[in-house]
Amino acid sequence: MNVISTQDLSKQFDQFWAVDGVDLDVNPGQVLALLGPNGAGKTTTVRMLTSVLKPTRGTAMIAGYDVVSHPAQVRASVGVLTEQHGLYNRMPADEYLDFFGKLYGLDPHRRITRINDLLENFGLHKDRRKRLGEYSKGMRQKLALARALIHEPPVLLLDEPTSAMDPESARLVRELIQGLRSESRAFIICTHNLAEAEELADQIAIIRHGKIIARGSPSGLKQTLLGSAEYEVRLASALDGKALRLPQGAALSSTDAHMIRYRTEHPDQVNPVILGYLLEEGLKVISLQEVPRSLEQVYLSAINTWREKESQNGC
Amino acid sequence: MDVEMIKAIPANIRKSMTPALIITNREVRDQFRDWRIIFPVAALTLFFPWLMNFTAAQAVNFVQKYGAPIVAERLIPFLLMVVGFFPISVSLVIALESFVGEKERLSIEPLLSSPLEDWQLYMGKLLASMAPPLAASYMGIIVYLIGVYAQVGWTPAPILLLEVVLLTTMQAILMVSGAVVISAQTTSVRAANLLASFIIIPVALLIQGEAIIMFWARYSVLWWVIFGEAMITVMLVRSGVAHFNREELLGRELDVLNIKWGWRVFKSAFIGVARNPIDWYRLEIRRTLQRLWIPLIIVSCLMVAGIWVGTTQAKIFTLPPDILNLNNLDRGFIEGLEAVRFFSVSGIGMVWLHNLRVIALAIALGIFTFGVLGVLILMLPLAVIGYFMANVANVGLSPIMFFTALVLPHGIFEIPALVIVGASILQLGGVLLAPTQNKTVGEAWLFAFADCTKLVLGLVLPLLLVAATIEVLVTPQIAVLLLGS
Repeated sequence: MNVISTQDLSKQFDQFWAVDGVDLDVNPGQVLALLGPNGAGKTTTVRMLTSVLKPTRGTAMIAGYDVVSHPAQVRASVGVLTEQHGLYNRMPADEYLDFFGKLYGLDPHRRITRINDLLENFGLHKDRRKRLGEYSKGMRQKLALARALIHEPPVLLLDEPTSAMDPESARLVRELIQGLRSESRAFIICTHNLAEAEELADQIAIIRHGKIIARGSPSGLKQTLLGSAEYEVRLASALDGKALRLPQGAALSSTDAHMIRYRTEHPDQVNPVILGYLLEEGLKVISLQEVPRSLEQVYLSAINTWREKESQNGC
Repeated sequence: MDVEMIKAIPANIRKSMTPALIITNREVRDQFRDWRIIFPVAALTLFFPWLMNFTAAQAVNFVQKYGAPIVAERLIPFLLMVVGFFPISVSLVIALESFVGEKERLSIEPLLSSPLEDWQLYMGKLLASMAPPLAASYMGIIVYLIGVYAQVGWTPAPILLLEVVLLTTMQAILMVSGAVVISAQTTSVRAANLLASFIIIPVALLIQGEAIIMFWARYSVLWWVIFGEAMITVMLVRSGVAHFNREELLGRELDVLNIKWGWRVFKSAFIGVARNPIDWYRLEIRRTLQRLWIPLIIVSCLMVAGIWVGTTQAKIFTLPPDILNLNNLDRGFIEGLEAVRFFSVSGIGMVWLHNLRVIALAIALGIFTFGVLGVLILMLPLAVIGYFMANVANVGLSPIMFFTALVLPHGIFEIPALVIVGASILQLGGVLLAPTQNKTVGEAWLFAFADCTKLVLGLVLPLLLVAATIEVLVTPQIAVLLLGS
């Protein structure tokens, strides 16, 4: 069963559709990264998934509850990390978590246990009595994440979890998120940090002008948007005009004296054959590896495809 | 309802209030961590009552020396009210900041994402804004009373003390509930502070009125003030809770006045489906009246109540019988009316404009008081009629004849006009108290305002013109005919 499921989820503000027909499905233990520029509709989507905003059209279910008919149950099932930490600066950390623990209806014993565990896990225990105004950005982000987890929700919605953080703190938060993945918990991470999305996500959804323009696993998206995987062979000796034979299912991309690049959809069959050819020709192979393709290329390709479609529709 | 259900009520209330009290508890603790709140509250609780004690003692010494004891007698209870009021003024600042402050600091969203219900969040903030200033206010009253007893040996009558405490409490709730409505609907603290004048000005006028009552020493009148404040407070809290919701808190911008949009909404509601003025009269006026049938009945009842109130006052403030000698009405009556432009076209204009001014005032006051003051103003003429009818009856004359001779000829047109205006004023107030389905507060209010404008232009103005014509040209003649010798 999907823990997060939306169908045709849409939100209109006056004449403007901030989110338009979004379909998402996230299973327990999965991380979905919602990628898109500022104003693409990521935050509005998250707000609808937490029953803060009412959808204009479509449905959304969180942990089996409808966001419109069961808002309290939905909110109790969701932990939200908002883009801005929104902490109370005059409060100490343990009091802050205790406040949210009470709001989520945790009994005193469970609250104390959860607060201690979270502060310990996030390395904030020794600063538990410090006022939050004195916390560094990384500490604040960790505490905000702790707040989202206080009631052990089955769904976590993280809006720009590492935005404007220094690399060390961002790394720390990413490790925390990796650590939080469990069989029963589903994540949506809104970000425009593509490396982060690639590192954390099982599924990627690219959103633009409120619409999902591409969706799939990172490898699936690469395949769909960038074509077959590209492989590179580096040679110790030069080719020197030797005839290069490529088996069926491989297409040459580029070549120079010490390097061959080709594309194939069946590397398990093609790569051993090519290696065999090269060795028969007496060429010494230094390495054979897949040419890395970043999510950035996927993202840009999706955007370009979408632009082309839009301009065609416009014509 | 069985015993078990009755027993369960307090537990249910307690359970549903718990989240609101969690919010209150946090906010109050937070306030006590802020020296900018602690300092004025402490100063107004401890130093200010002491200053008032000093003032009272000086006043008593002065009047003892020069012999005007009444000044001290009136000043000491007045200062009791003042020491109670000053600390609650802080509540306004806290309440104005309650929602919009969190919005600006971006700490509102985690709260909105929690399982709290809208009303729990609203009540939590309301109580948090009120509790510390109100506690400070009670403390200030105690400090003042101890000081004034020690210095001049004065103790208040228990009923006066109760009135001042209730008055202070009502004012605090009134200001806070108004400020929380503003805070929930604005997008910046600056905008909320600017809009605070909508609270400060009426409350300042109220305090001046209360000061007059205190110096006048008609303390029983204060009960009416407390009652009136309680009514408006209930309506404000009702309105605040009814219109508060998460989505509006994030999106609504009261500080952005969209005149174009407002005009568009008003125009479409005003014209409706009509294609020409005849259509408009035939369809829109009739539909608007049909929509207002409940307010029309309520206002009609209130008009009758106005007459009844007038008759009760005749027993207290009875007119001397010679004033009501209607047997000699023809002597000088017509000449007297001619002197004030009756029996002329300009007289018609004068009476018509006077009635229009009253209606404009009633609508303006009704807008700011959920319709209450507007309808009260419209009840006044009926109360005056009732008052005279009862006085006429007291001297053995027929009140029916009095009514038929002096009111009925033009009243047939004027009283329905007043009922129609009263109903549209009530509707204007009503839309603020309860949300209208599929409409925002602004839209619902503009629709109600369009209804009011339609009825005023289409019915009330013509009715009042006919009434003024009859009042100036016909009524005096009928009065002389029926009542003259």
